[in-house]
Amino acid sequence: MPKLLSGAEIVFKSLEDQKVEYIFGYPGGAVLPIYDELKNHKSIKHILARHEQGAGHSAEGYARSSGKPGVLLVTSGPGATNAVTALTDAYMDSIPLVCISGQVPTHLIGTDAFQECDTTGITRPCTKHNWLVKDVNDLSRILHLAFEVATTGRPGPVLVDIPKDIQFKKGKYKFFKNTLKKKLNGKAIHKISNSELDKFINLIKKSSKPIFYTGGGVINSGPEASKYLRELVSLTGFPITSTLQGLGAYPGDDPQFLGMLGMHGTYEANNAMHDCDLMINIGARFDDRITGKVDEFSPGSKKIHVDIDPSSIGKNIKVDLAIVSDVTQLLRSLIKRFKEKNKNFANSNKQKTSKWWEQIEKWREKKSLNYNNSDKIIKPQYAVQRLYELTKNQDTFITTEVGQHQMWAAQHYKFNKPNRWMTSGGLGTMGYGLPAAIGVQIANPGRLVVDIAGEASVLMTMQEMSTAVQYRLPIKIFILNNEYMGMVRQWQELLHEKNYSESYTAALPDFVKLAESYGCVGIRAKTPDELDEKIKEMISIDKPVIFDCVVDKAENCFPMIPSGKPHNQMILGPEEEEEISDEGKVLV
Amino acid sequence: MAKSKSAYSVPGKIGKIERHIIVVWVDNEAGVLARIAGLFSGRGYNIESLAVAEVDKKKHISRITIVTEGTPQVIEQINLQLRKLVPVHKVADFKRTDKDILFRELALFKILANSKKQEKIKKICKKFNPVVLDKSQKSFVIQVTALRAEIDKLTLDLRRLGLISTSRTGAVAMTKGAKIFN
Repeated sequence: MPKLLSGAEIVFKSLEDQKVEYIFGYPGGAVLPIYDELKNHKSIKHILARHEQGAGHSAEGYARSSGKPGVLLVTSGPGATNAVTALTDAYMDSIPLVCISGQVPTHLIGTDAFQECDTTGITRPCTKHNWLVKDVNDLSRILHLAFEVATTGRPGPVLVDIPKDIQFKKGKYKFFKNTLKKKLNGKAIHKISNSELDKFINLIKKSSKPIFYTGGGVINSGPEASKYLRELVSLTGFPITSTLQGLGAYPGDDPQFLGMLGMHGTYEANNAMHDCDLMINIGARFDDRITGKVDEFSPGSKKIHVDIDPSSIGKNIKVDLAIVSDVTQLLRSLIKRFKEKNKNFANSNKQKTSKWWEQIEKWREKKSLNYNNSDKIIKPQYAVQRLYELTKNQDTFITTEVGQHQMWAAQHYKFNKPNRWMTSGGLGTMGYGLPAAIGVQIANPGRLVVDIAGEASVLMTMQEMSTAVQYRLPIKIFILNNEYMGMVRQWQELLHEKNYSESYTAALPDFVKLAESYGCVGIRAKTPDELDEKIKEMISIDKPVIFDCVVDKAENCFPMIPSGKPHNQMILGPEEEEEISDEGKVLV
Repeated sequence: MAKSKSAYSVPGKIGKIERHIIVVWVDNEAGVLARIAGLFSGRGYNIESLAVAEVDKKKHISRITIVTEGTPQVIEQINLQLRKLVPVHKVADFKRTDKDILFRELALFKILANSKKQEKIKKICKKFNPVVLDKSQKSFVIQVTALRAEIDKLTLDLRRLGLISTSRTGAVAMTKGAKIFN
């Protein structure tokens, strides 16, 4: 007869069999049996956050920078509700997370017991799936299935709710593998046919104004996907643009790369998307920040869409060729087939796309990311550029919060490798970057990890500095401090007659002293001429650092597609700001 | 409000609305109905009616029949989103106007009526397989099976004849002939 294990032991046995090395969590009454068991499992390290949201974002940062699922352990009631923001964030950005939550004992469920909440009810719309475990003999099957669901197909978060009595009860343990009855979201079920590949290749050959539009799906598919993407782009000689989440899949400093597209994307990328005759979407989802007005989106193009999630295809934009596939699989077969018949395509096709490239160069000449620099005050764009120049020689990982600084980071920091850029895109969660940096640093010890932050965002999860100090994680919090919620202020300037309603933060803390009180290092830069030295100092310190970069308070993030304008009419800079129509103001 | 011209969050052209019947086979486990209903409400889809019961006691499979309305794009999304749910085994979808599909709804009516009036009511219900389930001096309960519009009409007619309570199911559906949904 097999040895019976307690529910808590089964939890750890499952985590061990899933090769989990780190759990991010916070203890509480309903998970105490699991925490009690922690001491017996030396291969698993627990990282104690200061708030369950922080633990969740750390697990996300860990997952995104390592390619492995992040594991989160929280208690019932407020522990679970605090994790909801992180779960929703992971759901929107397709990040594999396994959240284990404690629950009140089964006999108390439904009685409004202390720290009881309907966790599976609350998290149902923000997880791929969740389970309430009512029998300890189901526990190992459910936990292994949870890992499978989180990492299969389009990745995402899952939650397993374990009542306290189940954690004590003894039951059987078994390692279940591949128990999923069907492969979720099409991964591995869809064999790519040669006829699909030939249609794809024909569209490539016919096009004279092509563009690759790539997204987070390339990153999620693993580092091989980025390798194949680079090969395909070089084989075709076509221009490529990327979404916010896709940055790093293709080198940011390559001449074929047009920069990011979308609301704050480059002039050349957005115009190329609008005017192209072939759009090749690989692992992106035609999000509303990309398409703008759907009816006027890229009117003259044939569109190819490769996505692992069938429900992403045709949701926002109708396409001409839809392929449900993992990006790596598709690119591998496509490149193989393409090379068989099209030797030296990039050269022989050069003539056909030469006019298109000329046009793109004209758009490029606008230099849409330019800004008026100053020698008295630090411009936020300049700060990001200097940070890039001073860190590009080493393998640097960047996380961000949400707002202007996030867009400036995306525009001015050039990424050359996948999994180096962690930002909250779908949900747009202020407070994401600091805890995410903790997870990234844990997955990548010895590497430089910088959170490019805004002072408003970073205060939402500032307590996690304490976590960074406890585990000696030398993360760098690079705050572009303009004392405003910058993106809110920008929209109020452009859309609400400069009525800066509640977007200024009075009584900000002194970030240098705050750093010292946490036991880390604070640095402040106030002028452009001291910036380089201070950044170098920050990099050289082997401790967590809060860098208070005092920047221009009134700077706006350009280029921008304003409300009330079609997609190919961007505002390039402050000189071009014009009245936005009343109708435009009601839109988000 | 003036018609907006924004590049963002402007509703596109709205396609023609169609009524569809969607049949979903699911594991009969706790919360499964909430998952299905939550998907519909969370994404703004309609549910006109919903009927559910376990159809396979051994495998614990329930069959859910949902009547919904939407543009072809929305209906496609409903299908694809349902298929992503872990407890969903298969999804069948067809138009309400499909000639090869049988639909039925069941209704119970409680009517205050003496025996003379009761005979008259039975006649009105004649086309809809009436079964009298309960009878007293002053009242009776009658069961009919019919299409939604027919039951709607019947309800109106019976209201004039002393209808005091109505209970209806959602539609259930099945293919004609030997073939089954796949």
